[in-house]
Amino acid sequence: MSRLCHFFRTPEAIAGASILALLVVVALAAPLLFSGDSQAIAGPALLPPFQDWSLPLGTDRLGRDVLAELFHGARTSLAVGLAAAAAALLIGSIIGTLAGFAGGLVDEVLMRITDAFQTVPSFLLALAFVSIVGPSLGVVVAAIALGAWTGPARVARAEVLSIRERDYVAGARVLGMHPLEIAFREVLPNVLPSVLALSSVIVAAAILTEAALSFLGLGDPNRVTWGGMIAEGRTVLRTAPFLSVVPGIALVLTVLGVYLAGEGVVESAAARRSLS
Amino acid sequence: MSVLAVSSLAKRYHRGGKPFAAVDDVSFDIGPAETLALAGPSGSGKSTIARLVLRLIEPDTGRIDFEGADFLALSCAALRSCRARIQMVFQDPLAAFNPHATVGRVLDDPLRIHNIASRAERPRRIAALLERVGLDAGLAARAIHEISGGQRQRVAIARAIATHPSLIVLDEAVSALDVSVRGQILELLLDLQRQERIAYLFISHDLGVIRAVAHRIVILDSGRIAESGDARAVIANPQSAIGKALVAATPKLIRNRP
Amino acid sequence: MTALLSIRDLGVVYRRDGSEVPALKSVSLDVLAGERLAIIGESGSGKSTLALAVAGLLPTGALVDGTIEWSAGQLQKPRSVTPLSVLPYTAGRPEGGVKDRQPLHFRLIGGRDIGFVFQDPSSSLDPVMPIGKQIAEVARTHLHLTWREAFTRAKILLERVRLPDPDSALHAYPHQLSGGQKQRVAIAAAIAAEPMLLIADEATSALDTIVQAEIVALIRRLVAEDGMTLIFISHDIALAAALADRIAVLRHGELIELGETRQIVNAPRHAYTRALLDAHLGLDAEPLLDRQGASA
Repeated sequence: MSRLCHFFRTPEAIAGASILALLVVVALAAPLLFSGDSQAIAGPALLPPFQDWSLPLGTDRLGRDVLAELFHGARTSLAVGLAAAAAALLIGSIIGTLAGFAGGLVDEVLMRITDAFQTVPSFLLALAFVSIVGPSLGVVVAAIALGAWTGPARVARAEVLSIRERDYVAGARVLGMHPLEIAFREVLPNVLPSVLALSSVIVAAAILTEAALSFLGLGDPNRVTWGGMIAEGRTVLRTAPFLSVVPGIALVLTVLGVYLAGEGVVESAAARRSLS
Repeated sequence: MSVLAVSSLAKRYHRGGKPFAAVDDVSFDIGPAETLALAGPSGSGKSTIARLVLRLIEPDTGRIDFEGADFLALSCAALRSCRARIQMVFQDPLAAFNPHATVGRVLDDPLRIHNIASRAERPRRIAALLERVGLDAGLAARAIHEISGGQRQRVAIARAIATHPSLIVLDEAVSALDVSVRGQILELLLDLQRQERIAYLFISHDLGVIRAVAHRIVILDSGRIAESGDARAVIANPQSAIGKALVAATPKLIRNRP
Repeated sequence: MTALLSIRDLGVVYRRDGSEVPALKSVSLDVLAGERLAIIGESGSGKSTLALAVAGLLPTGALVDGTIEWSAGQLQKPRSVTPLSVLPYTAGRPEGGVKDRQPLHFRLIGGRDIGFVFQDPSSSLDPVMPIGKQIAEVARTHLHLTWREAFTRAKILLERVRLPDPDSALHAYPHQLSGGQKQRVAIAAAIAAEPMLLIADEATSALDTIVQAEIVALIRRLVAEDGMTLIFISHDIALAAALADRIAVLRHGELIELGETRQIVNAPRHAYTRALLDAHLGLDAEPLLDRQGASA
């Protein structure tokens, strides 16, 4: 309860949380409000916004409802962003914890693998992965996670290196606890807060990467995505700029919301720490 | 036969490129139900010896015999199961526990790891352990950070005795406690020693505390043994320079008792 | 002796997660000019809060009640001409409720008439500044010296706190020193601006017995040489008794007993003081080992 109070003390956090809440509502409401196929033709092609109130944001080149596409696109963006970030954080924390806790050769090998992944630009990695395996939602998630787990892994390892010298880890060893249990039951839970502080950056980056992949036509072809919408609108950018601008604004707001909410979480955590 | 026999133990570290001996040719032994105190100024190697004896760190040279067997020869699994017999209590009872733990979980761990009690039986054993160290059995549900420092140190002792050890290493175990609590904890330790015949390796910088509870004392200086012997005799009449300095530096309360 | 400062009905309440934790309850005592006063108590007794309140270092958000009054007439060194203000934060009748209380505003510390030594010297020293500069900065700011004069003074101070090789120590960083040496530097910084009052808050608790004895001897010598008043906060009654003229015993935020050291040690009036004395394990006490053996 007090956690929530602290969180909502800063205006950034309130703004961020409101944007995210709106986005979640939109994503959840999409199938209810626009129950049919969002890719079905709904009216005349290239209808500008605010002309026909049954199609408030107009239609695209094929006469599809832009608002419906926007709502369904929110589902994809959120799903991919959250799933990819969750996967990256999970893989990163496990690898980082193992490397930091085991030390020696294991650490050396795991960290060199991390280095290898970090030297390749993550977008290039995702691009190559999707091109080889083929575009589908799961592959896109995996491709993004593949480029994003190294940050959490480094943070987790650094944190583990300090935690493993603490008395309670020595205490667990004295008890005869198995090293793997010490790593995952005693150390990992105390590493998570610092790793989770990265989550907003990773979620935002994942959403942007997904949009970029879709823009290049490497998104799941059976789903509406904001990146795909921008790409679609690009061909008629002069005559119907709203087709690119509307999903673009949605993307900017989403990323902004994620950052602001993340900032709020970090600040409330800092405030609580300074109090205790 | 001694519970623990340490001979020619040595551990070097590198500090600023130069090797320095944290522990240098240290030998001692502890008998059953005996308290051996390690005293000395900070940096004299007391805590390093504690960690070596528990194999939290490995010595460079030397031999450790625990209950008659070569303790340094034990490999991973054998060492883990042997740990039931040699336990430790740390100085700061807050740092010695996982910050998210509850009292119940802290005491559940040793019982589970060493198969001392079945899952169904454990809550009863935990309650009994808490009562054994003078705490209310209802404390099991509380978080570690919610209870007082003295209670925490009692929980640490309960955790240490859960596996029926023959030796407990007490690393400045009462130094962070208030004086009134300290007396109670020391009496609890002595009571446990008499009842369960536990030997203590009692590490402290406080000669007053050592004199109150220890049978024998080893005074360390820069990783080497400066002198050793009967605790009261050594403190009453120290021979080494560091022993004399420690005695002289101990605050004395001069009271005219009626 | 006359009072250097009078504390009257001092109450401090900390706010934590919406709840209020009283740390001091209506404490009244006089600190006499030139005396060595020990304040002892166990954890949670409010002894550190009292020290922080006197120094004006309470965290913002602490609710303060009562007065701390400096007797300007008693200043042996009229160096700080700024009127050592009578600090006006009355208010807060008990029934007036907490909201009426004013936070403690303390401008006196600007005059640097208080030197404060903390338990952990690492926390009061800047890790990336040479220690000579840290001490010189205090002297320069408060005594309005030039850098050259301030450094000369810093070197004298390092000699006075018996730091080995003060010339090279001026350029050393805190991490290059041992715990006891760092505490000597912290003391040098605390007395750099010639304070009238030195407060040592558990200044020796993190040190081993031998270093503790050295630091206590150092504090005793510096206080005597400079005619400072000393407030020595400790949990160790034996240590306090060895150093102080008077001892104040705090418990749960209340002043239990205050008296001459001789009286407190030999004829304590309060049962709690007696319990503290009896709990002390000196080198002449009957070992617990025997007591238990006899009763068993």
